[in-house]
Amino acid sequence: MKDFTILVGGQAGQGSRKAGLIIAKIFNQMGYNIFIHEDYQSLIKGGHNFSIVRVSEKEFLTHRNNLDFILALDNETFLKHENKLNKKGLIIFNSKKTKTEKGIGLDIDQMVKDLSCPLIMGNIAMISSFAKSVGVEWSILEKVLKNELNREIEKNLLIAKKAYSETNQFIKIEKLKTKKSNLLTGNEAIALGAVDAGLEIYSAYPMTPATSILHYLADNSKKFKVSVSQAENEISAINFVIGSSYAGKRSMTATSGGGFALMTEGISLGAQAEVPVLVVNSQRSGPATGVPTYGGQSDLLFSLASGHGDFVRFVASPGDANEAYYLSGVLLNLAWKYQSPTILLTDKELSESTFEFNPEKKNKKEKELLWDKKGEYKRYSQSKNGISPLAFPGTSAVVKSTSYEHDEKGLSAEDSDLVVLMQNKRLRKFEEMKKEIDKLEAVKVYGNKKSNKAIICWGSVKGSAKEAVEELGIKLIQPLFLQPFPIKQMKKALKGVNKLISVECNSTGQLAEVLKGQGIKVDKQILKYDMRPFTSEDLVLKLKKI
Amino acid sequence: MKNLETNYPNTWCPGCGNFGILQAFKSIIDDKNKTVIVTDIGCNSKIADYINVNSFYSLHGRPIPTASGIKMANQKLDVVVFTGDGGSLNEGISHLIHAAKKNSDITVILHNNRLFALTTGQYTASSPKGFKGKSTPQGNFEEPLNTLELMMASKASFIARTYSSKIDHMKKIINEAINHKGFSFVEILQPCVSFLNNIQFYNERVYEIDEPKSIEESIKLIKEWNYNGDSKIPLGIFYREKRVCFEEEINKIANV
Repeated sequence: MKDFTILVGGQAGQGSRKAGLIIAKIFNQMGYNIFIHEDYQSLIKGGHNFSIVRVSEKEFLTHRNNLDFILALDNETFLKHENKLNKKGLIIFNSKKTKTEKGIGLDIDQMVKDLSCPLIMGNIAMISSFAKSVGVEWSILEKVLKNELNREIEKNLLIAKKAYSETNQFIKIEKLKTKKSNLLTGNEAIALGAVDAGLEIYSAYPMTPATSILHYLADNSKKFKVSVSQAENEISAINFVIGSSYAGKRSMTATSGGGFALMTEGISLGAQAEVPVLVVNSQRSGPATGVPTYGGQSDLLFSLASGHGDFVRFVASPGDANEAYYLSGVLLNLAWKYQSPTILLTDKELSESTFEFNPEKKNKKEKELLWDKKGEYKRYSQSKNGISPLAFPGTSAVVKSTSYEHDEKGLSAEDSDLVVLMQNKRLRKFEEMKKEIDKLEAVKVYGNKKSNKAIICWGSVKGSAKEAVEELGIKLIQPLFLQPFPIKQMKKALKGVNKLISVECNSTGQLAEVLKGQGIKVDKQILKYDMRPFTSEDLVLKLKKI
Repeated sequence: MKNLETNYPNTWCPGCGNFGILQAFKSIIDDKNKTVIVTDIGCNSKIADYINVNSFYSLHGRPIPTASGIKMANQKLDVVVFTGDGGSLNEGISHLIHAAKKNSDITVILHNNRLFALTTGQYTASSPKGFKGKSTPQGNFEEPLNTLELMMASKASFIARTYSSKIDHMKKIINEAINHKGFSFVEILQPCVSFLNNIQFYNERVYEIDEPKSIEESIKLIKEWNYNGDSKIPLGIFYREKRVCFEEEINKIANV
């Protein structure tokens, strides 16, 4: 089995992340499956950042603890990670910064100086030397560099050529004949999923780890035909997209926990005014500022109860880039079908990691219920299923939407009978939302489906959990939707299970709490709250003890 | 005939300045279908219930970003915000500043009654120094904001002040504001008959200006009254300039 792990590390500003991506693209060209985990600190220059690139023949969704190759742009990378290098592993390092007997020392500073290139290009020398040492053909390296570098390509190629020719080949990693797929981060998949379901307007305030959705959409505004703007704060962002949806355009915003806290008044507004809006909450560690560039799954209960008042909102959580793509499309369509806020709950590990992207099918925009233009338009007209046809300002309808309780026309209401009548209308809609869950793929099962021992997880934990259950021959259950809770599908998935273990990246067992509310008892909990994701090795070790 | 009546029972206090504002605004609506009003929460915002046009009755402090979002979605609409000093000088002041700076192509009509009225009388950023409200029984010791000065510093491209007792002046100013391409800001001085009745104070001091011809003149007129003192109170258009608009530029990038 060809399956190896490469760590590229250095200070912020040395280009270790770009180097990781280039290495991933090289092996992607050679037909391998790819995953990149990013670890970085909350600083601009200095510190210690690293990417872990896993390359494998088999399909997988997470990185590993043990390393086959280390590319150390600085000495700290060597000091911090050398102990995880496998016996037959290889380290490539900057010989001016690191003193060691093993591996390949490159005087990259001198190399860069000789060719009068900027220091940051040292990362290209290191990639190139690594490529040669594992037998990557020059033509593949050259092609990837040309695709990935958008500045000073000639100089970079000069450095690459020099490092390539000055390195000896140690081993030969063979090309595979499998089909190449696209590589995408979770955030890019979320953005693309929404675009394919008809996204037209995006507004957000920067917050790690959701920011790259803003960057990706801003970069591709013209291609996607999405109007992208940055708001003065998250409160503005959500009210802005609610305005856009009211005026008839499909809209989305994204943030992390702290910003999501500010957005909750808007989520409540969406419920009362019955305005469709997709909100992405990409979790990072909290409470408060927490550990800003690291992950965790501590906002489940918060998301399920987000927004003051008495209402139901769709909350779904993807486990990989394909699910992120699928669910952002589903949630945007559901927002418009049910004229309601929907929440895509993800986390740093999914948002910023790079995955193989090969969704089963393309998302598409599903039509919303529109006014038939007969008679007087009433924004909140009573209906059997609680859903009132939509009309938009600028047409012949007078469209009155409101944060107040209201009558059918959208005029403020305080009368006790009317208040009950309108809440009943929304309650009927919530019932329909519950029925909708049964029609969707809301719970997934992996591993040995006959096993009476199962683990249950949500969100990005899926990656390590899936690999662990495959190794241990047990079952994995993953709810994609968490509100309304897919109880029918969950009960089906739990059939035959007599030992249920929950796995979550939080300290209080929030999924277990949700399950308890549904009458499902978890026998054991595996919780991790160092703000780093599980690897499958971690999980296998822990599961073996249970 | 455009039917602008909702027949919704009006709950403003008898003699409230809002009646005049409602009358003035109704009279200048030329295309009901392309007008959208976006309101805050407070006495002023009840206008959403009293006028049969497209409306979004937003959250307290938030009508401005909602309005910008509407404009981004459909640039053909005339988007007019009705807000108060509580809504946009207190709760949502950041949105007011940023919408002005972005030159969002909306009109903001700020009913300045210089206190929170619907919550029965507490001070706002616009209340006179010494104002005795229910949260400041000993008297407010803060200086009031000069709203127009704030708008000037925030790069608003249209700045005007009018007065709720002057219907024709309001009509003229609001019409100019809606026709202005870019962010237009209209402050309406509005006495609160229940908690801060300064009708006589305003009547004795307001006067109409000719539109200034230089920025220096604009600033001088804006600074003439500091919202506390005994000086004359100028009314009219204080400043106007042409600048690229937020929604148009963003939509241009997206090619929509």
